Amino acid sequence: MSAGAKKRIMKEYGECMAETPAGMKINFDEQNMTKWEVLMDGPDGSVYAGGHFKLEIIFPNEYPFKPPVVSFRTKIYHPNVSNDDKGSMCLGLLRPDEWKPPNKVVAVLRLIQSLMVEPNIDDAIEPSIANEYKENRKEFEKNAKDWVKRYAK
Amino acid sequence: MDSDDDFNSSQASGDDFLDDQDSDLGLEDDSDFDMDQDDVGFESQDKDMGPRKQAYEVDFKVFDPQQIQGSQDRQIDEVSSILGQPPEATAILLRHLRWNKERLIDRYMDNQEEILESAGLGETAANNPPKISKVAGFVCDICCEDDPSLDTFAMKCGHRFCVECYRQYLYTKIKEEGEAARIRCPGDGCNRIVDSKSLDLLVAEELRDRYHELLTRTYVDDKDNLRWCPAPNCVYAVECGVKNKDLMQIVPTVHCECSHDFCFGCSLNDHQPAPCALVKMWLKKCEDDSETANWISANTKECPKCNSTIEKNGGCNHMTCRKCRHEFCWMCMGVWSEHGTSWYNCNRFEEKSGSEARDAQAKSRMSLERYLHYYNRYANHEQSAKLDKDIYLKTEKKMQQLQNTTGMSWIEVQYLDTASQALQQCRQTLKWTYAFAYYLARNNLTEIFEDNQKDLEMAVENLSEMFEKPVDQLQGLKVDMMDKTSYCTKRRVILLNDTAENLKLGNWEFNVKFS
Repeated sequence: MSAGAKKRIMKEYGECMAETPAGMKINFDEQNMTKWEVLMDGPDGSVYAGGHFKLEIIFPNEYPFKPPVVSFRTKIYHPNVSNDDKGSMCLGLLRPDEWKPPNKVVAVLRLIQSLMVEPNIDDAIEPSIANEYKENRKEFEKNAKDWVKRYAK
Repeated sequence: MDSDDDFNSSQASGDDFLDDQDSDLGLEDDSDFDMDQDDVGFESQDKDMGPRKQAYEVDFKVFDPQQIQGSQDRQIDEVSSILGQPPEATAILLRHLRWNKERLIDRYMDNQEEILESAGLGETAANNPPKISKVAGFVCDICCEDDPSLDTFAMKCGHRFCVECYRQYLYTKIKEEGEAARIRCPGDGCNRIVDSKSLDLLVAEELRDRYHELLTRTYVDDKDNLRWCPAPNCVYAVECGVKNKDLMQIVPTVHCECSHDFCFGCSLNDHQPAPCALVKMWLKKCEDDSETANWISANTKECPKCNSTIEKNGGCNHMTCRKCRHEFCWMCMGVWSEHGTSWYNCNRFEEKSGSEARDAQAKSRMSLERYLHYYNRYANHEQSAKLDKDIYLKTEKKMQQLQNTTGMSWIEVQYLDTASQALQQCRQTLKWTYAFAYYLARNNLTEIFEDNQKDLEMAVENLSEMFEKPVDQLQGLKVDMMDKTSYCTKRRVILLNDTAENLKLGNWEFNVKFS
């Protein structure tokens, strides 16, 4: 990884520390600065409220010319998070053709928070969950809350 | 013997055919040369015929990279002067609308602002060229450098970054993502397209070349009447007017400058006489069925009662179907209970129940065998076509040997080369006649087709056999071989003309519906 990229990640980390978005904690290891661990609280008022989710952010070698890779390490019942052991996300900013180099990780974190409040149904990675969200909101909420209890406490 | 007669009788008309061509060529400047060599390059004469188009041939034109670039530039210039936009902006506009000139001009005249905005050219490109500059108090939003001596760049949209980051951004887009025509400004949320002038200013020559190559690619990709030659490392593109909707009436085989024959409709190798949709269906069927079907045919039988496919896994002929528990004899397919204790010799062959079971089985087998009949012949010609490369190499060696041992000149041994090429071409055609025939309904037309197919196949096998002869005999076979070569080529033309004409008229009846 280039010196410029390292400098940029350091600076972004500094900015995140200066004003961490509410409900988040970032674990940063200076020896391995390309992998961040983020602890995110389920936003109040959302079905995930009360849950604590562990996320992993990997910065590729080409960062910031390629987007960071985000994955949920805590299982979550969500249309935009893959329902497997990877918990990967691929939408909006996180897509290589959408990402622009001046975009910041903080924006990515905010995006995730807002998706937890309101999923993006049109760009779902789990069509069956998206469908349930659309057709049978009650069932979706029950399942999501169930998973919070099971995995995210 | 039969085949020999056939061959000789058709030979006379084969000569007619040659004469025909010669008289045609006689009108051209190089007639002298052709008359002298009139027994050599049948193939090449065939190609030189030009204006005399066969029913199975389509018009096409091959372009090299310079010509593609040239026609691109010409169109840009033309539209640029109509719209009053600089060429860079015009190029972006044209790419934005996939090189549809008329639509671009319409929409531009309709609403100039809107089309400029949607193409990423918002706030009309002014006349001052892009430049690199140093800006006091600048901090690059990508690498966070703030050195005042930093070179920076921004397009008209004003999103300014240091040149290094800009360059890296373009490098990633071009080299890794293969983008060219639609690279957007790196600015957050900005949709402005990076034009080629800005790009030329920023990146190294090597990347610039790649960029222009990719731009040219999108030009060919965007145009419906252009297609890249699919041969590995081939740089040519072919222009042909055949539209997608015509592909059930015509099989547009084109011939690239690199000597590769391919179908303009689907880019696959030449598959005349079979139309693209049939080819697609056939290939899919082969992929799904062939290996399995072969194995099933060789190793299994169907249960006479429920038709489940059964593999015999032990020596005993007393079979019990796993599915329906029906008990039968593997040898005669008759009900086991009728066998009593005499099963070992299976002397019950004529038994009624057994023969009925065999009938039912025969029916289901027949469709499989029908398929295998065509598939095996298709695959055989394909295999032979694969061996063509070897044949060709061997031919070259034989030509060398002939020159050395008999003192024949280079030009005198060219007939071997011509023969080998004709052979390859005919095999390719024959291969696809079998896929074609598999889907043909039975009628008179099909019988004519099968006769043509048989004639071509016989001619090909006759010629092929001659190639196996030792070198010392080859010299004596020269005339014979040349005759057979021209006969093969002629039979191929006849077959292809027949199929192409009937395809155009919609005369073929198929036993399936093509999507």
